[in-house]
Amino acid sequence: MSTDHVEEAESPAAKPVGIGETTAPVERKDGLRPLHPDYAKVLRIWTLVIALPVLIAALIVESAQAIYPGVVLLPVLILLGLFVLRLPMRRYHARGYAVNDERLRVVRGLLFRSDTVVPFGRVQHIDVNRDLVERYYGLSTLTVHTAGSHNASVRLPGLLDEEARAMREAIRAQIGRETL
Amino acid sequence: MSLHDDSGTRLTDAAERAVPGGTAEGRRTHPLGFIVGGIEGVRNAVLPMAALVFANDDLRLGLAAALGLGVVVAILSAGIGYLAWRRLTYRIGMDDIRVESGILSRAARSVPFERIQDVSLEQGLIPRLLGLVEVRFETGAGGKDELKLAYLSQAEGEALRETVRIRNSAPSGPVADDAGDETAGLRAAQTEAAPLFAMDGKRLLTFGLFEFSLAVVAVLAGAAQQFDFLLPFDLWDFDGWQQRLAGPGAWLQGLGFAAQVAGALIAAAILAVIGMATGLIRTVMRDWGFRLDRTDRGFRRRRGLFTRTDVVMPIHRVQAIEITTGMIRRLFGWHGLKFVSLARDSGSASHVVAPFARPAELVPIAGAAGFSLPQTADDALDWRRTSANYRINRALIESGLLLAVTAVLAAILLLNGEGVSQHWSQHWSQHWPLLFVAPAAAITHAIRQMFLWRHERHALDAHQIYDRSGWLAPKLSVGSRVKLQSAEIVQGPLARRRGYATLHLGLAGGKFALRGVEIARAGELRRAILASIHSRDFSALMQG
Repeated sequence: MSTDHVEEAESPAAKPVGIGETTAPVERKDGLRPLHPDYAKVLRIWTLVIALPVLIAALIVESAQAIYPGVVLLPVLILLGLFVLRLPMRRYHARGYAVNDERLRVVRGLLFRSDTVVPFGRVQHIDVNRDLVERYYGLSTLTVHTAGSHNASVRLPGLLDEEARAMREAIRAQIGRETL
Repeated sequence: MSLHDDSGTRLTDAAERAVPGGTAEGRRTHPLGFIVGGIEGVRNAVLPMAALVFANDDLRLGLAAALGLGVVVAILSAGIGYLAWRRLTYRIGMDDIRVESGILSRAARSVPFERIQDVSLEQGLIPRLLGLVEVRFETGAGGKDELKLAYLSQAEGEALRETVRIRNSAPSGPVADDAGDETAGLRAAQTEAAPLFAMDGKRLLTFGLFEFSLAVVAVLAGAAQQFDFLLPFDLWDFDGWQQRLAGPGAWLQGLGFAAQVAGALIAAAILAVIGMATGLIRTVMRDWGFRLDRTDRGFRRRRGLFTRTDVVMPIHRVQAIEITTGMIRRLFGWHGLKFVSLARDSGSASHVVAPFARPAELVPIAGAAGFSLPQTADDALDWRRTSANYRINRALIESGLLLAVTAVLAAILLLNGEGVSQHWSQHWSQHWPLLFVAPAAAITHAIRQMFLWRHERHALDAHQIYDRSGWLAPKLSVGSRVKLQSAEIVQGPLARRRGYATLHLGLAGGKFALRGVEIARAGELRRAILASIHSRDFSALMQG
């Protein structure tokens, strides 16, 4: 792996500790690297895209004035507020990754925690994908595909684009290399 | 307009770069590709167009509308196809093929030459008329997520296939042979040694008896339900049945209790005979002349009475083995052996190599595939149980759900009774036994979890991982450590609190998961397995 990765890996504490910093401080001690902070914004924007139709529906019901004012809108607003403001931050903090010469480790999930390790010697092919929101923030999602039925593709979102590409090259260099 | 000019310049560009060499610069697919997209778009729009023609009273108006729709669809799909074409580039690098695509979202895929097992050229009707091919690169990841380039000119496609073949000088030859090759077996050595496993007539008959199946009865019952409108009476009308019984059937009731019991016994015997006959016929048809050989190309299996199949399974493609049994056949010491194989069609192909055998017969078969079986239950292997917490949680959840059902049922009974208060006690006395069904089931589930805790175990040795699951019909899975693809530890909210986890191991062509393993043990297993995986690269494994 390139040297700048190692340097970055050694200073996870340098990352600004900010909003919603209650979840999983243990992980960072685990040697996991956090994703780019902008990834929380990406998550938030996608949550917003899903939340918007719900909000519109609630507004329509509210405007029909079938029941007391606010009975529908208020709970919906509180719920959506939680979903849009709180949840993306928590999801962001639940995610982390670690990479060395041999393997990629991806940790994710709030309720159901999963901790996946893919050895580079088992990677079939590699994707670097960016959707519109990710492109705006200059982020990319790295996906490694394996031959297994379970974990056929393991996604690692929230990487800076150049970082994702560097990782792809590093993984690529390990493929096909015999270590025995 | 500008679109036209642009495509013109691209055409010359592409022509200049049409020779596949080893250049690092991006190339485009054939410019006629988006025309194919346009034509296919129109083909999809044919039905709506027809609807427009027939929906209009005025035929001319309808035709015009349909034509308009066709033109719009053609322009739209060709336009999007054109944009997609502009944004798609591929390059043949020194050690991989890369494709970048996407109009708004961008996707870049890199496929190393080492991992390409096969390159196939495909032509639909329209691409064929235009002299275009779709090039598919197959990797070990299977069909779902492979790389394809649509469309290249035929010459370019063939040249690309040749390039991959040359670059991929590391021999991937044996990999290209499919596991489910039906004819290859015929070319295998004609002078045959003794089979690795075979079933004679007696074995086949015994096997058939254990394959008891009431599928026929189920099919008949299903058919009765489907086609009951054809019957001259209502099959599900119980009052009608009582009347019919009261008529000619009255003699049956008059025969008394003993005769009724005898009748029930006869009915049960008939069912048993039907079930055994079904199992026997199915088994004989499927496994007639079952024979497994070890050839230089791998395992060769021949079986079948009417449909004779002849399948060759290359040894290096066997990823794991499974030993299965049944609740009753286990008591007589019969087991079956199955391979988990890295095959393209892992879903449909059966890799049963010994359906009905003694454990001693399975050992050499597994050995030929490079697997060793644990000889006895208490051998050198360090068998570990699942976490007791996991079993307790499962028992509590299952029983809790069943008890909730009981509570709801009781509430319904009570509420129903209130409406007809004078009959309430009668109603209650008729239905209260129902309340015991769910608690009884809950207790059964709890007991089952206890037995599962005693029986389900896993073990790890220097080369293999073992998983014994199930209680009455246990299954033993044996995976080769070095052939696993990934390792994942998953914990739900309960599991986190109670200190256990599920360990999912990536297995090509199958699944291998250890559930309810204590978290420390899961980490330990994963560390050990990852070290094994790291010792050999996937491509080296594939060379057998």
